[in-house]
Amino acid sequence: MTPETFFGALLIILISGLGLVSVAAADTFTAILSFFAYGILLSMAWMALAAPDVALTEAALGSGVTGALLLGARARLRNCPRARPTGPAVKAAAAVLCAGLSAALAAVVLLLPVPPPSLAPQVLEALPPTGLRNPVTAVLMVFRGLDTLLEKVVLLLALIGIYALAARPAEAVGTVTPPPLTPPAMAGPLAFLTRNLAPAGFIAGVYLFWVGADEPGSAFAGGALISAMVLLVVISGAARMPGPGRPAVRLATILGIVVFLSVGFGGSISGAGFLVFPPGLAKPLIVLIEVAMIVSIGATLAMLVAGPPRESKQP
Amino acid sequence: MTTWFGICAACLVGLGFYGVIIDPHPLRKLIAFNIAGSGIFLLFGMIARRGAVPGTNADPVPQALVITGIVVAFSATALGIALLVKLSEKSGRAPSAKDARDDC
Repeated sequence: MTPETFFGALLIILISGLGLVSVAAADTFTAILSFFAYGILLSMAWMALAAPDVALTEAALGSGVTGALLLGARARLRNCPRARPTGPAVKAAAAVLCAGLSAALAAVVLLLPVPPPSLAPQVLEALPPTGLRNPVTAVLMVFRGLDTLLEKVVLLLALIGIYALAARPAEAVGTVTPPPLTPPAMAGPLAFLTRNLAPAGFIAGVYLFWVGADEPGSAFAGGALISAMVLLVVISGAARMPGPGRPAVRLATILGIVVFLSVGFGGSISGAGFLVFPPGLAKPLIVLIEVAMIVSIGATLAMLVAGPPRESKQP
Repeated sequence: MTTWFGICAACLVGLGFYGVIIDPHPLRKLIAFNIAGSGIFLLFGMIARRGAVPGTNADPVPQALVITGIVVAFSATALGIALLVKLSEKSGRAPSAKDARDDC
């Protein structure tokens, strides 16, 4: 048994076990914490599957930010609406149905065509003119740029939806700063952590985006890390989230989409086509888009997790 | 080994959908849905790994699709949580000490 097989088997056992705990745990808190651990182990599985870019995104977003959101939601869902507990007959039927689904998918996995179809040769062939060396970034930014653009729009729509649900008078939104997530307490371990971790985290976030052109890393993972640092600063009470009505905040959330669209339409006007980068200019344009995107992603994620301003209970 | 990750992914999809169907708690349904989703992403990852050609470790196209998928799944989860919080605010009862002890 090679070390790779051993760690692969260990990962599969742990991932399945933690997935089971997240679904079957008696209380929600256990389920959320298991989901955190599940996400971290899943990002290791992505490493084992030679997908470091996905691993970074999964660790940052799928596990970290989603977990923070779930914990925040649990604290606020004091009287959440509950459906009646499921009866044993429904449970049995659901178990049969889902076991059948898993079996069918497992059969598909075992019967996948040999040799496997792959788009990797085409990507490798088209990679040199883009000036990028990381094929995943090239797919995200050049070959499937429209997907990435619309993904940013989806993120912004989620933010708009969440703020719309808060249903506050429009004129109040700009003036009210959201209360700190915890009372200000700039002393002790949290303050120490914030002072030391936040600056390093910001730099690491920018680094992740910058190396993304050639090595694993992307604007997304970088943006998620930066948003985590913003939240750390807010949670420790060192600063408050700026109100969402401020023009600078609004500009930060849409900057990525605006720059992406401008570059895209620039391609249309120059005759190359929508989201087609002129040869030689591809890399500078991609870096420009990613700089704008990392600002938007950092701001949007931090605002999504912090949530809309609530009525302050403190004086 | 790659195939075993595929089998694991298939199990996670079934497990996630089971949780979505049977769990009465809305937040738990969301967690279960995320587990089903990550199982589907893992299937993509396994197929990407099989698509490796000389010069690469994996097919980058499914990997890029998964990155987009993770972001969209996150956005949907965030919106789902906001809807749940709103629903619990609208459903009337003021939080009491008893509710605080309930694991909700």
